[in-house]
Amino acid sequence: MTISLPPETSSPPRLQPSGWLRYFSFSVDHKVIGLQYLVCGFVFYLIGGALAGAIRTELTSPVSDFMARDVYNQVLTLHGTVMIFLWIVPVVNGAFGNYLIPFYVGARDMAFPRLNAVAFWLIPPAGLMLITSYFLTGAAQSGWTAYPPLSITTPATGQIIWILSVLLLGGSSIFGGINFIATILKLRRPGLKLMQLPMYCWAMLGTSILVVLSTPVLAGTLVLLSFDIVAHTGFFNPTLGGNVVVYQHLFWFYSHPAVYIMVLPAFGLVSEILPVHARKPLFGYVTMVYSIMAIVVLGLIVWAHHMFTSGTPPWMRLFFTIATAFIAVPTGIKFFNWLATLWGGRISLNSAMLFSCGFIVNFVLGGITGVALAQVPFDIHVHDTYFVVAHFHYIVFGGSVFVIFASIYHWYPKFTGRMLNEDLGRLHCALTFIGFNLCFGPQHWLGLNGMPRRVAEYDPQFTLINQISSVGALLMAISTLPFLWNVIHSALSGPVAGDNPWKALTPEWLTSSPPPVENWIGEAPLVEEPYGYGVPPDELDLTATSGRDLWSSGK
Amino acid sequence: MTTTVPTKDQNHSHGEHAEHPDHRMFGLATFLVADAMTFAGFFAAYLTFKAVNPLPDGAIYELELPLPILNTVLLLVSSATFHRAGQAIRQDDHGRCRRWLLITAGLGLAFLVSQMVEYFTLPFGLTDNLYASTFFAATGFHGLHVTLGALMILIVWWQARQPQGRVTAADHFPLEAAELYWHFVDGIWVILFVILYLL
Amino acid sequence: MQIPSAILTLVIGMVLALGGLWIGQNINLLPIDASANAPIYDELFKVLFTIGSILFIGIVGLLVFSLIRFRRRSGQLGDGLAIEGNLPLEIFWTAVPAVVVLFVGLYSYDIYDRMGGMVPLAHDHMGGAHDEQIWGGISSGSIESAAATNALPVEVTAMQFAFLFHYPEGDITSGELHVPADRPITLRMEAKDVIHAFWVPEFRLKQDVIPGQPTQLSFTPTRTGRYPIVCAELCGPYHGGMRSTVVVESPEDWDSWYRDNAKAAPEDETLTIANA
Ligand code: HEA
Ligand code: HEA
Ligand code: CUA
Ligand SMILES: [Cu+2]
Repeated sequence: MTISLPPETSSPPRLQPSGWLRYFSFSVDHKVIGLQYLVCGFVFYLIGGALAGAIRTELTSPVSDFMARDVYNQVLTLHGTVMIFLWIVPVVNGAFGNYLIPFYVGARDMAFPRLNAVAFWLIPPAGLMLITSYFLTGAAQSGWTAYPPLSITTPATGQIIWILSVLLLGGSSIFGGINFIATILKLRRPGLKLMQLPMYCWAMLGTSILVVLSTPVLAGTLVLLSFDIVAHTGFFNPTLGGNVVVYQHLFWFYSHPAVYIMVLPAFGLVSEILPVHARKPLFGYVTMVYSIMAIVVLGLIVWAHHMFTSGTPPWMRLFFTIATAFIAVPTGIKFFNWLATLWGGRISLNSAMLFSCGFIVNFVLGGITGVALAQVPFDIHVHDTYFVVAHFHYIVFGGSVFVIFASIYHWYPKFTGRMLNEDLGRLHCALTFIGFNLCFGPQHWLGLNGMPRRVAEYDPQFTLINQISSVGALLMAISTLPFLWNVIHSALSGPVAGDNPWKALTPEWLTSSPPPVENWIGEAPLVEEPYGYGVPPDELDLTATSGRDLWSSGK
Repeated sequence: MTTTVPTKDQNHSHGEHAEHPDHRMFGLATFLVADAMTFAGFFAAYLTFKAVNPLPDGAIYELELPLPILNTVLLLVSSATFHRAGQAIRQDDHGRCRRWLLITAGLGLAFLVSQMVEYFTLPFGLTDNLYASTFFAATGFHGLHVTLGALMILIVWWQARQPQGRVTAADHFPLEAAELYWHFVDGIWVILFVILYLL
Repeated sequence: MQIPSAILTLVIGMVLALGGLWIGQNINLLPIDASANAPIYDELFKVLFTIGSILFIGIVGLLVFSLIRFRRRSGQLGDGLAIEGNLPLEIFWTAVPAVVVLFVGLYSYDIYDRMGGMVPLAHDHMGGAHDEQIWGGISSGSIESAAATNALPVEVTAMQFAFLFHYPEGDITSGELHVPADRPITLRMEAKDVIHAFWVPEFRLKQDVIPGQPTQLSFTPTRTGRYPIVCAELCGPYHGGMRSTVVVESPEDWDSWYRDNAKAAPEDETLTIANA
């Protein structure tokens, strides 16, 4: 590498604060914005997690004793909304997307830096509004799905604040999506071809297409819903002749794609992490790209699988069953490709790798229960039960959150220039994995045997299993302690990482850690083979400890 | 591994921001796709309501055609006049450009006035029935777009007042953006007209 | 000693398939079945459970094996093999899931049909003389026609936060659903305020009850006993408390319950043929 250590020069004078203060400013640097997203998202994760803690505490006994029933509904609505709109979506898209995409396309910033900053700064006020509504008037209590007529008849102020804040967050998401599409398609460094982009770019391109196509529909729907609440129109109000199922269609037209908005970027991140730590090229690059696009297309036409019991006509159920189940095919391609990437590698069992593998295990289980849910007759029994709760936590927590942790372990040296402690990392991973499975595994059984979701009180026969589940949640809460300690302690006094501790080939590692303001001193490197790891088959063992080794380690 | 770490031969003044070409039109187009999806949601809701929820007895939902046809003509003509303004600026004729811009804005305002007249003469109100509500939601949202567009035109008109301003023959992004947006609002109206008034 | 890898793979595959079958057949996660369509449902569940177990154990096994076998040992430098893809392999693992989901989809369609999901809905036969649209859930296991099977009509009203059952023929109103075993029941459900859902886990049946949409659901209970009726759609603070019981009784017991409660003394019960 001919990249020398950057002397802190040449960054043009700016009217922006420097040092840590810039993280609290309207910075237009994509790396600052990325970290703003990450930290802000993590704060909301702790809030959402504390709300989950409240849920699990209430559910340790079959009667409603820890909090009032309507408070329970507020807590669970807040938990779902915070986790989805303020944690997963901003972090897997906004945080890592902003940090990595400009590097990957060889640009110095996003296509629209100021729009980017606006998109981020919509989030904290929206989140604050949502949380404070709980203390001022009582939060919304109709679940994150806000089905009318319940959302029309529950106290209006909380629901309206909920709508406003989701609208703001949706707007933020759309602005981000536009920015990613423009950056990936238009800002590529000369000479860099689309099919040479790291996989995360493809994932973000697919995700952003989904964002741009589906989020506006949610926005429109919520505006109509707010009219119903405020202006007493009757779109979704059956007593005024409205049709509540139309709301469900419109809502899920966004919210099913939203689940891929939560997981496609995670797929992309895993595709970056595995090759580096397995020292092998990403297996099947081309099929990966096509499978992402297939998921995008299929993701837009399967929404009604959330409505199998809503009285949809039989032919519709049939179509949505088949379409939904088929998403297993492109998703499966990705999983088998990852397994093939690991096969025959030189796998470092570090925290990033372990979290990624935890992701594979959990997501496959969540995906399989998803395919089961897609079957109408099966879903009729378990719809709106803890089986569904288990399904989606296996995917959103076991999938996306595991990947977020893996990514933090992987990119932390880039963010801060320091290494994280590996032992604490593995401890964090083990505790999270065990706690997670203890918490959500038994919930499958609960759902199959008759426990509906969104209840503060339940049949006493389920007490024991619920208590086991709550212990798992407690373990998850505890598991965040080593992580927090690790992240804070290492930032101050972790071992210095150097520019490229993993000897990775993707462009963000070909600059200093942390990178300078405009990413590279001098021209951006042209990385034509971001996954060019590995020994060519014909040079097998002979060279294993000789030239190639030295070369691929960048000496 | 083919990582090219370039030497500094390219004529590239590093360290400067925003030296990349202008992608704002691309961004705007992407935004308009998103915007179109919002309308698509409204239209889908309207069509489903029509298909599934019969109008209750005694409810009135009657639309007259003359005014909307006039509105359609107004908007279509305004698209053409905006196009003329664009041509004028490319020929560096600021005077002509501003005249066409004014005419376009005027047509837009005329549309809004006539829309208002229609609102006040309709035999139904916002909350009367499902179709009425959806009608007002869709046309109101579109009217909001027209209002914004008209404002944008007036801003461009102001920016084009001198030959060396933000709007020049070589670089007239504000005008181009407003024009694309205006054509978009226009196109949405045509679809809206077909779905709400003709079907 | 070298065992050819093809044989090893075959053996592992067979063990996996057999293990999955064993799990699917022997681990029962479902509550007791008490209606005609429940055993059909359980059949589907077994198939899904088997396929799921095979896939999950196979994939996790492969992953754990790779992690152990290919882990970087201390002092090891260098990379793995530079394999970037393998078209036949990729086609293989595209085709297999495609075949599996297609099979599962068609199979569950068949199950759905047998459970009565595809039965065209009978017209409103609950007395009211309007051609109101009726929304359908699943119909009883073996409905040939509602008339021929002498289905018992019951009107269900769901409201915050209770189910109310009304037997139009005897004008009985009850907070519990009493039904005779082995006779088709047709529920005509209406919601007063918000969406509720009628769920009986032991019947494997659930149907949303949506205000403004009269909905019909039929089933045939087969096993006597008391089973919970659960509201499965968030409907407000007391959603969790919105429960009731369905009592499946032998036809004789049910008859006497019915006679005790009927207001208008019904004609001989068995003659009340459900009007077509
Ligand atoms: C990131 C989020 C995420 C993701 C990625 C998914 C992925 C999938 N989901 Fe999930 N889902 C949710 C989040 C998510 N879901 C949420 C939040 C809800 C509840 C919403 C609410 O009501 O509040 C929900 C609910 C939900 C339902 C409705 C249940 C109900 O309410 O009754 C259904 C039904 O079809 C479903 C199906 C699926 C399927 C088929 C996939 C597929 O994409 C999964 C595909 C993946 C695999 C199958 C694994 C890998 C594949 C292989 C290893 C190949 C071999 C496999 C086979 C041949 C089977 N999901
Ligand atoms: C999208 C991401 C996401 C994530 C990451 C989580 C994470 C968790 N969720 Fe959540 N959940 C949803 C999305 C998510 N959830 C959604 C969409 C719903 C549906 C809402 C609805 O129905 O409308 C839902 C609903 C839901 C329910 C069902 C409630 C009901 O239906 O009645 C439960 C119950 O167990 C639950 C539990 C948990 C737990 C224990 C965690 C844990 O993994 C959290 C672990 C993290 C921490 C614990 C934080 C760190 C620790 C601290 C801050 C210290 C303080 C904590 C304690 C004292 C415990 N969730
Ligand atoms: Cu009724 Cu929940
Ligand atoms: Cu979905």
